[in-house]
Amino acid sequence: MENILEVKGLTMDFGGLRAVDSVDLYVKPKEIVALIGPNGAGKTTFFNCVTGIYTPTKGDILVSSNNGSAVRINGFKPNRVTERGLGRTFQNIRLFPNMTVLENVMIGKHCRLSAKIFGALFRDKKTRAEELKAAQECYTILEKLGLEKACDELASNLPYGDQRKLEIARALATEPKMLLLDEPAAGMNPQETVELTHLIRRIRDTEQIAILLIEHDMKLVMNLSERIYVMDHGQKIADGTPMEIRNNPEVIKAYLGEDIDA
Amino acid sequence: MDYFLELFLGGLTRGSIYALIALGYTMVYGIVQLINFAHGEIYMIGAFTALIIASVLTILGLNSIAILVIATAAAIVYSSAYGYTVEKIAYKPLRNAPRLSPLISAIGMSIFLQNYVLLAQTSDFLPFPRLIPEFAFMEPVSHIFSSAELVIVSTTMIVMVLLTLFIKFTNIGKAMRATAQDKTMALLIGIDVDRVISVTFIIGSSLAALGGVLIANHIGQINFYIGFIAGIKAFTAAVLGGIGSIPGAVLGALILGWTESFATGYVSSDYEDVFAFALLVLILIFRPAGLLGKAETKKV
Amino acid sequence: MAQEILKSLKAALWFMFLTFPIMVIKVNTVYKTIEWRWMNMIFIGVGIFVGSFIWRWLLNRKDRPVAKKDFVPVSTRVQAYLAENPMAKRALQGVLLAALLCFPIFMDAYQINIFTVALMYIVLGLGLNIVVGLAGLLDLGYVAFYAVGAYTYALLNTTFGLSFWLVLPIGGALAAIFGILLGFPVLRLRGDYLAIVTLGFGEIIRLVLENWNDFSHGPSGIAGIDKPDFFGLELNLNQMTDAIYYMMVAFTIITIFFVGRLQNSRIGRAWLALREDEIACQAMGVGRTRTKLMAFALGATWAGLMGVVFAAKTTFINPASFTFLESAIILSIVVLGGMGSIPGVILGALIMILLPEYMRSFSEYRMIVFGGAMVLMMVFRPQGLVSNFRRKYSFHGVDERLGG
Repeated sequence: MENILEVKGLTMDFGGLRAVDSVDLYVKPKEIVALIGPNGAGKTTFFNCVTGIYTPTKGDILVSSNNGSAVRINGFKPNRVTERGLGRTFQNIRLFPNMTVLENVMIGKHCRLSAKIFGALFRDKKTRAEELKAAQECYTILEKLGLEKACDELASNLPYGDQRKLEIARALATEPKMLLLDEPAAGMNPQETVELTHLIRRIRDTEQIAILLIEHDMKLVMNLSERIYVMDHGQKIADGTPMEIRNNPEVIKAYLGEDIDA
Repeated sequence: MDYFLELFLGGLTRGSIYALIALGYTMVYGIVQLINFAHGEIYMIGAFTALIIASVLTILGLNSIAILVIATAAAIVYSSAYGYTVEKIAYKPLRNAPRLSPLISAIGMSIFLQNYVLLAQTSDFLPFPRLIPEFAFMEPVSHIFSSAELVIVSTTMIVMVLLTLFIKFTNIGKAMRATAQDKTMALLIGIDVDRVISVTFIIGSSLAALGGVLIANHIGQINFYIGFIAGIKAFTAAVLGGIGSIPGAVLGALILGWTESFATGYVSSDYEDVFAFALLVLILIFRPAGLLGKAETKKV
Repeated sequence: MAQEILKSLKAALWFMFLTFPIMVIKVNTVYKTIEWRWMNMIFIGVGIFVGSFIWRWLLNRKDRPVAKKDFVPVSTRVQAYLAENPMAKRALQGVLLAALLCFPIFMDAYQINIFTVALMYIVLGLGLNIVVGLAGLLDLGYVAFYAVGAYTYALLNTTFGLSFWLVLPIGGALAAIFGILLGFPVLRLRGDYLAIVTLGFGEIIRLVLENWNDFSHGPSGIAGIDKPDFFGLELNLNQMTDAIYYMMVAFTIITIFFVGRLQNSRIGRAWLALREDEIACQAMGVGRTRTKLMAFALGATWAGLMGVVFAAKTTFINPASFTFLESAIILSIVVLGGMGSIPGVILGALIMILLPEYMRSFSEYRMIVFGGAMVLMMVFRPQGLVSNFRRKYSFHGVDERLGG
C-alpha cells in the first residue's frame, strides 16, 4: 500500500445519529492533509474512529505496516493503533496535569519500550540503559519544540500555548508514521498560530512523517496543507488542493449557510 | 406450591425494603454521580431512632398505633437530618474534587456513623418491638404472608407512586430531573443546585428510614452493623436496575429480593449474602448500565 | 464576628438536636428503664460550637488560592532536601535501620509484637498503595488477597505440613492469580464501580470461608499452624518473637525498595498517567487492561505474602480477621499517609496502628477516629499527610540519577 492511511466508507452511528457517513480519505507519506468543516461536522468523531477510541459502525481503516502491506485496524484498542504508528493530540488538551513535562513525553515512549516488572524491580543493566535512552530521546523532542527548559515543571503549570506544544511532543514520542492533530491552533493568538504553522511544517520535514489535522483557522489550513478534505453533517462534501477547495461552491455553502448565494 | 408462594412473597417483601433503600442510592447517584456509601448507615440510624423513641414511648405507656406513627415520624425526621448533614460535611466541599475523593469520604462517613452508634448505644443486638398489629383478615394466609409483610409491600407501593408523582409534577421534582441531566446548565437557568441536592438527600434518607423501621419491625432486632449489608444489597439493586433510574431501582430490588428468597429456599441458606454479592459482581461485569439504565458514552 | 458566633451557635444547636436520640437517650429494653445522658448533649454543643469555627477557618484557608500556590508543605521540603543531599538521606536511612535493629534489645516481647504488627501494616499499606495510590484503582476488597495468603499457608501447613518458606511464594503467587482472575473482567469498569465490585468480591471470599466448612473449617477457623522455621533453630517464645520481628524488618525494607523502584519505572509512570487521564493514556500507546492488571496483581501479591506471614505469626486464623473493616483500615493508612507516597504510607501505618495501641483508653474510639479522619483528610488535605514527591530529572546528571 503506497498510502500511509486509507479510510474507506467509514460510518459511525451513535444510537440513531449518524455522526460520520461513509467517508473516504487517504494520506500519503510525508503529506500534510487538513480535515475541515463546520462545528459538529463529525471531524473529531472521525479522528476518534481512526485512533481506536470509538469502534466504527462500518467501513475500513487501513494503515500501511512496516513491510508495506495494509493492516485493517477497525476495532483496535487505542494503544494498538498508536503502536501501528498513528500518534494524536486532543482538541481539549488532555495532558497528565500532575506529571512533569518530561514524564508526559515519556508516556508517549511507553509503547516503544520493553521493560517489564522484573526490569522495574531489579533494574538490570538493560532496563537502566533503556530508561536513560528514552529520557534522552524525550528531552531531544522537547528541545525540538522549545520546551526543554520546562522539563521538570508540572504539565498543569505550563502556559496554554506550551501545553498544546507538549501534546504534540507527547504524540511525537510514540514514534508515529503519521500525526493526527485535533485543532492544534485552537485558542492561540495570531502570532502563536504563525509559529505553530512553521513548527508543523518543520516536524514534517525533519521527522519525515505525514500529518492529518483538523483546524478551523483557515489561514493555517491554506498555508500548510497540500490537500484538504471538507466534511459537513457527517459526510465528505469535497476534497482537493487548497486552491480547489477555496473555490468550491459546496464548501462555501456549507460554511456560509444555505441561503447565501455564493 | 405453598412453599413457592411463600418464597415468592418473602422475596417481594425483601425486595420492597431493598427498593426503599435503593431509591436513595439511585437518586443521589443520578444527581451528583456519587455512590453514597453512608446511605446504609442512614437507614440504620432511622431504625435506631425508631427503636429508641418506641422504647421510650412504650415505657411511657402509649398505645401501639400511636407509638408506630410517632416512632416512624421521628425516624424519618432524624434520618433526613443526618442525610442532609452528611452531605453538607462530607460531600459538598468535595463537589469539584476527583471522583474517588467523595467516595473515600463516604466510606469514612460510613465507618464514622457505625461507630458513633456503637459507642453511643451498644454493639449488642437490640430487640425491636413489634409495632405492626396482626390484622384479622390476614388470618387465613398468615402462615405464608404476615400482616407486617403486607404493610411493608403496600407501604413501598404507595411510596413509589407518590415519589413518581413528586418527580414528574412538582417544581422541585422537575429541578431534580434537570440537575440530573446537566448540572451546569441547571445552574445557568437559575436552579438552586445546592438546594436540589439537599432535597435529594432528604428524600432518599426518609425512604431509607421508612425501610429501616419496616425491616426492624419485621425482623425484630437491630444492631449498629445492619446498615452495611443492607446498603450493599440496596446498591446492588440500584445497579441491577440501572443506577440513576427510579423504576430501575424498584425492578432491581424486586429481582434481588426474589433471587435471594428462592436461592436460600431452594439452594442453601448459608450463602444468602453470597448470592447478592455474586449478582452484583456479575451485573457490573456484564451489564454495568443495568437493566433500565442507559450506557454511558465517553466524551473525548 | 457576631455573625460568626451566630453561625457556630446555629451549628451547635443543630447537632444537639441531631444527636439527641442516639447520644442522650439510652433505653434498657430488658429492664424497661431509660437513662437520660444530658451531659452528652452539653459536650456536643460545646464541641460543635468550637469545632465549627475551626471548620470554617480551615475551609477558608483551603480556598485561598495564594496559599495554595506559594506554600510548600514541610513534608515536600524535607523530601526535596533529602533528594538533593544523598549523604543526608543515607545517614537518615542508617539511623532508622539501626534503631529498627536495636529495638528488640531494649523492648519486651509485647512491644516487639506491636511493632511487628505495625510493620505488617506498612507492607500491606505499601502493597495497596500500588493499586490505589499509584494506579488510582480504589480496591475495597484488598483483604481478600490477604485471606488467600493466610488460608493458603494454614491449609497447606496443617494438611500437608509444608513449611513457611515454601508456602510464602505459593501464597503470593496464588493471591496474584486471584488478583488477575478478578481484575480481568472488572478492571475496565469505572472507578467507583470497581470499588464496589472489589468490595463484593472481598465479602464473597469471607462468606465462603465462613460457610464452606469442609474446606476452611468455617467460622471456627484453623488452629495449630506452624510458626516459621528459621534455619532449623530451636527458638523459645521470645526468640521467635524477635525472629519474626527481624523477618518483618527485612520484608519491609525489601518492599520499600521494590515499591520505590516500581514507582520510578516505565510501568510506574504508566500507572500514574492512567490515573490522570485514562483515554489520553491509552491514546499514547499504554495498554489499559494490561497495565491495570499488573498493578492489581502486584498489590495482591503483597497482600498474599503478608497473609502467609500473618497465619504463621498468629498460628490461628478465622474469617473474622478478614472483614471489610480490615480493608478499610489498610485503605485509611494509604489515604491518611498520602496516596502514592512511600514515607506517607509508612507514617500512616505507624499512626493508625501504634497510636491506638499506646493509648489504650482511646482504643475503642479507634474506628470512629479513622472514619472521621478519612472524611477530614478528603475535605482538607486530599493529598494526605505526606504529599507525593515528584522525581526530577536533571540532564547533566541523568546517568547517576537513573542508575542510582
